[in-house]
Amino acid sequence: MLSRVAERLYWTSRYLERVENTARLMGVYTNLLLDMPSGVNIGWYNLVTLNNAEAWFENRYKVKDERNVMRFLLSDPDYPGSMMSSLQGVRENIRTTRDVVPAESWEYINELTLYVQDNLNMGINRGQRHAFIAEVIKACQQFLGLFVGSMNEGRGRSFLRLGRNLERADMTTRILDAGINLVLENNGNVLPTTESIIWVNVLQSLSAYLPYTKQQRKTVRGSRVARYLLEDPDLPRTVRYCCDLLRRECAGLPRSGPVLAHIDSILASHYGPLDDEDRPLDQGFSDYLNHLQLQIAGLHHLFAEAWFTLD
Amino acid sequence: MTIDWKTYDPGSFYDEIISSPGNARMPARRLVSYLGSLGDDDVQARRASADVAIKQMGVTFTVYSEEGNIDRSWPFDIIPRTVSRRQWEKTAAGLEQRLRALNLFIDDLYHDQKIVKDGVFPRYILDESKNFRPECVGVSPRFGVWAHICGTDLVRDKDGQFYVLEDNLRVPSGVSYMLENRAITKRVLPDLFDTEQILPIDDYPANLLEALTSLSPRRVNRPSIVVLTPGIYNSAYFEHAFLAQQMGAELVEGSDLVVADDCVYMKTVDGLERVDVIYRRIDDLFLDPEVFNPESVLGVPGVMRAWKKGNVALANAPGAGVADDKVVYAFVPRIIKYYLGEEPLIPNVETFLCVNDKERDYVLANLDKLVVKPANESGGAGMLVGPHSTKKEQKRFAELIRAHPRNYIAQPTLALSTVPTLVDGGGVEPRHVDLRPFIIQAKKSWVTTGGLTRVAMKRGSLVVNSSQGGGSKDTWIVDTGGN
Repeated sequence: MLSRVAERLYWTSRYLERVENTARLMGVYTNLLLDMPSGVNIGWYNLVTLNNAEAWFENRYKVKDERNVMRFLLSDPDYPGSMMSSLQGVRENIRTTRDVVPAESWEYINELTLYVQDNLNMGINRGQRHAFIAEVIKACQQFLGLFVGSMNEGRGRSFLRLGRNLERADMTTRILDAGINLVLENNGNVLPTTESIIWVNVLQSLSAYLPYTKQQRKTVRGSRVARYLLEDPDLPRTVRYCCDLLRRECAGLPRSGPVLAHIDSILASHYGPLDDEDRPLDQGFSDYLNHLQLQIAGLHHLFAEAWFTLD
Repeated sequence: MTIDWKTYDPGSFYDEIISSPGNARMPARRLVSYLGSLGDDDVQARRASADVAIKQMGVTFTVYSEEGNIDRSWPFDIIPRTVSRRQWEKTAAGLEQRLRALNLFIDDLYHDQKIVKDGVFPRYILDESKNFRPECVGVSPRFGVWAHICGTDLVRDKDGQFYVLEDNLRVPSGVSYMLENRAITKRVLPDLFDTEQILPIDDYPANLLEALTSLSPRRVNRPSIVVLTPGIYNSAYFEHAFLAQQMGAELVEGSDLVVADDCVYMKTVDGLERVDVIYRRIDDLFLDPEVFNPESVLGVPGVMRAWKKGNVALANAPGAGVADDKVVYAFVPRIIKYYLGEEPLIPNVETFLCVNDKERDYVLANLDKLVVKPANESGGAGMLVGPHSTKKEQKRFAELIRAHPRNYIAQPTLALSTVPTLVDGGGVEPRHVDLRPFIIQAKKSWVTTGGLTRVAMKRGSLVVNSSQGGGSKDTWIVDTGGN
């Protein structure tokens, strides 16, 4: 497989995952809003800060309200993480790898891009947002099904998996961060039930609520949720699961030594205070998550050195 | 309001579907009665569903403009054009004949130049050719074939006879649109494919692959074949990706390839991998910065060395464009006779070379009736269409012709044939069309079943180029039975 093609496949699935994750993130906050008792503050702007997108946002908007944040996350042309930018990214990458991806991919991405373009207001206005988000997530899942169901095992599939799981691990840390920030923001006013509503929503946004209840059989509490989403080996969106999968995938590729060492260091990382289930999560945990994000981002550079630039 | 074929009037032009008011030509009979049976709403619904299919299939071409490059959806008319199988088979034989002769001609020019020595082809044309590549002299590509893929533009005049308008031997494009047009039509008019004997066209990628495979310098079981594209900003990028995908070839850009020990390799995740055949879709002059344009970042340094040593095949071969020239065009009937000893099966359009005094005088006296074309441009730019021109334009062209007579040719204005086409606001009107079939030659030669029909969407217009408002139609070669 051409190095350039490998890189584009990798970005195809990263961007695609980013589209889905943006939808999921919007979903968490929107659901929370409906669940929370009045008087509890929902910081929509958190969605911007936890993506480190403040500079782009402030370039365009003054008021940090729900509408602006939603419009920004969905359609800002300059912010590379917005849903439209990510879709353009998927489209350009599929367009330039059409000879290796299933023929339907091109139709699917055109359909999804047109859908989002034509229905931005559904996402911006609260009334139809749920349907919009559900449709976007469904379309992203459709891609995965297409790839799994019709692409040969081989290098192409490997690089799609690399991109997807790196992006997933990253987003799981960000969604956890979104949860902890909401808790901290309402520090003091948050009733224990409200806090558990936040964590239930965090789990649901990652399709992890039912697996959690089955596996843990304990009430939902911040430290347990955090540990579960970071370290569970079986749930497809935990950091541990993604890293295990990255490790297996990379072990089958040439020149993977430095990549494997780096993945091992992420797998070995652990936030000690989580061992005490009764201890409330604090700013220290948020800092830990940021550190983890940097480590995950570091993987990308190692991928590029090993496989994408061949000089 | 349903389509009323009795009021459809192509005037004095040859219409390919309707022979006289209300009467369809043989291969179009079922099509015409079927369309006539549809209600207006149904016609519009099918037109809309074609638009949706085009958007979803992402069939686009790129338009260059001041505001940057825009990907436009492919303009498509749902009414197909029909040609009888019998007529097509004669035409296809003529196209094969033409390409065989042209390849003999190119090979001769890069070796002994017998045709020049024998006085059949004037030396001055060769000396002034923009597309003759001295770097290619003495090279002997496999099977003596230089132009492996040729797109020849055909038109039909008042009499319904096919004429060759030009041969595109460099990097002809359009074949993917031909295939996509059929895919769209199958979605929009599925009923007709049950009852009509419409010959299939989707074997093009397989035939192209077979031809490219036969060029491989290494006798290996599965030679490594790549499609070399200038990248996504090229107007035909869609097609490059399409063909690579259909053939199972790698789609590469220049920076993916590297030459070492006079062999070509591609950069893969697993290291360097040898390349046997390059179907290149970039122009000669950008192919190898070592030999041609040193500024080119699209090409591959050293690829010409590898080609000359016979370590890689290039399709089309560099230098094949020498026969793709509107002055050379005028000589093709003589070229066919010279190399094959045969009469041309498809005639040329009568062509006046402005370099010859008598012909130039005729051209200058008849600028209002003729079409004047520069000898070396493509895409319909820089043309004078006499009957549609102003006195001022004619004067400007007269000056250009006097200053550079060798750069211009002229042809009579053809009464291009028409095909019924849906127009905005409903209803059907005649629009002018041309046809670009594709001919492949390597170990064997082969012609597409039909080709890409381009249609001038504006009333009375003769300009079919997609970059200038032209559209396209599916082309049906219909088996009407009998011989």
